[in-house]
Amino acid sequence: MSTPTTTGTPGRLVLTAYAVAQLFLSILMIVLFVLWVVGGVLVVVWVGLGILAAVLPATRWVANLHRTMAGRSLGTPLPPPYRPLPPGGFFVKARTVLADPMTWRDLGWLLVAPVVGITVSLIVIVLLLGIVTGFIWWFVTPPLMQARATFDRWFLCYSRTETLEQRVQVLTETRADLVDHSAAELRRLERDLHDGAQARLVALSMSLGMADAAFDSEDPEQARRLIKDARSTTAGAIGDLRSVVRGIHPPVLADRGLSGAVSALAIDMALPVTVDSRLPGRPPAPVESAVYFGVAECLANVGKHSGARNGWVRLEHEDDVLRAVVGDDGRGGADPGAGTGMLGVMRRLAAFDGTLSVSSPAGGPTIVTLEVPCALSSPKTTPSSGPA
Amino acid sequence: MRLVLAEDHALLRAGLIQLLEGNGFTILHAVDNAPALDAALLDPAAEAAVLDVRLPPTQTDEGLRAAIAVRTARPGFPVMVLSQYVEQLYARELLASGVGAVGYLLKDRVSDVAEFVDGVRRVAAGGTVLDPEVVATVMARQRDEPIERLTPREREVLGLMAEGRSNAAIAGHLHVTEKAVAKHINSIFTKLDLPIGEDDHRRVRAVLAWLRV
Repeated sequence: MSTPTTTGTPGRLVLTAYAVAQLFLSILMIVLFVLWVVGGVLVVVWVGLGILAAVLPATRWVANLHRTMAGRSLGTPLPPPYRPLPPGGFFVKARTVLADPMTWRDLGWLLVAPVVGITVSLIVIVLLLGIVTGFIWWFVTPPLMQARATFDRWFLCYSRTETLEQRVQVLTETRADLVDHSAAELRRLERDLHDGAQARLVALSMSLGMADAAFDSEDPEQARRLIKDARSTTAGAIGDLRSVVRGIHPPVLADRGLSGAVSALAIDMALPVTVDSRLPGRPPAPVESAVYFGVAECLANVGKHSGARNGWVRLEHEDDVLRAVVGDDGRGGADPGAGTGMLGVMRRLAAFDGTLSVSSPAGGPTIVTLEVPCALSSPKTTPSSGPA
Repeated sequence: MRLVLAEDHALLRAGLIQLLEGNGFTILHAVDNAPALDAALLDPAAEAAVLDVRLPPTQTDEGLRAAIAVRTARPGFPVMVLSQYVEQLYARELLASGVGAVGYLLKDRVSDVAEFVDGVRRVAAGGTVLDPEVVATVMARQRDEPIERLTPREREVLGLMAEGRSNAAIAGHLHVTEKAVAKHINSIFTKLDLPIGEDDHRRVRAVLAWLRV
């Protein structure tokens, strides 16, 4: 005789082993809770900060153990939902931890789980140990341990609604950033065209008008000089337009895709930069453009600030994540928050749920990683739209 | 000299035809898309080609691809590539497609008619003509051996050689005598360990070494 269990979930003996683990861990949890309270009180005399700094990782470790057990019991993995710690000093990290709602839910769970949750685990263990009650154990272990897992999940994981609320929050923020970013870009373009090509074309038209007048007054020498001026003004206007076009969408990116365009960037660098591209296809055009400008910004920083002798770029696509890694052997100590360039790149990537992380210890090396979740299109070298 | 011309903008194409025919070239085929260009380049009567990088149908780099393909099929076939923008990457690919007889210029250089026509002639004669903008980016690069051995003046001369200028033109540009230029060039050849041979060939090889193709 057998009771149906969800496929892929652990057997009764494993579930009972979880119950035993939970029993012992609950002792640790009680200790941790007491330490939280003591540490919290002692913050006023600073010692508390030290206690909390040690208790927090321990709490997260215990909570993650329970998440793993609950995830296995329920047949769906429950990943740790903590907010990522930002780079920075102790207080920057502390602020993020305190603002993370999951920190406080962990704390509540520390108090409730050793009292309520543990009774369930205890029942399972006692039923197995009291030999004659073994057949009851056979029947009730799976539902009881699922109940325990559901209890843990309720505390330790965000519900669907909460997850969606957080998602909406993130989308609202990145959308606002993106709108700001594109408005700023349009202003910049308007200024570039207005001060550059447009101004030069006005000057060109003036030179030609004056040359026209010089012909009338029969001064061919003056007319020739003005036409020569007009030609150099034209060259300037074309140069301006070319740099504006490069700023919008570099032609080489359209021609050759991300790999080719990054190689072109590397060749133009003053120092030797090697490019290792392992992209089997092309990412969507907006992602390609965002990553290209991100890599261009990183390489510009390598050239300007790092004092490096060599640089390298690696492009890869794994588990539906496009990753661009830019490294150099310079002096390190780069601060991504120092300039507006990197923040602009972060905002642009955030619109695609992408991230930028910087590792730059003093003395180097500096490694910047850009990651964007996306799929690649089939390997094709040209974005053909017409007949071949 | 009989040329194949590929340019998709009708106005520019008409302008180039007028300009080249006015300077003693014959336009054998003037085409506006990549498939027609591929067919025109098969014509054995064609002696050289002037190509735009971006052509229909995909408007990416088919002109460049056609240039490299024809130089593979017909080694040493002179090609002058024109573009709205220059990329060192493309310059390297063109130079790697065979020794000499290749040019790569921004389209707006056409406005200096005499220099442009001279450039086409030099390419047809087996020379290398690179846009000053490509040369400038190479100049800005940190170098290692053996280019490091060159003096700043020699590097300047090498850059002008890459732009396809003659000794006389280099002398005029640097305000020195032609003899002094010849001395610099000889010194460059020696420092770059270039084998003795025809002068034109060595010039091209020096430029290639400089671009590290």
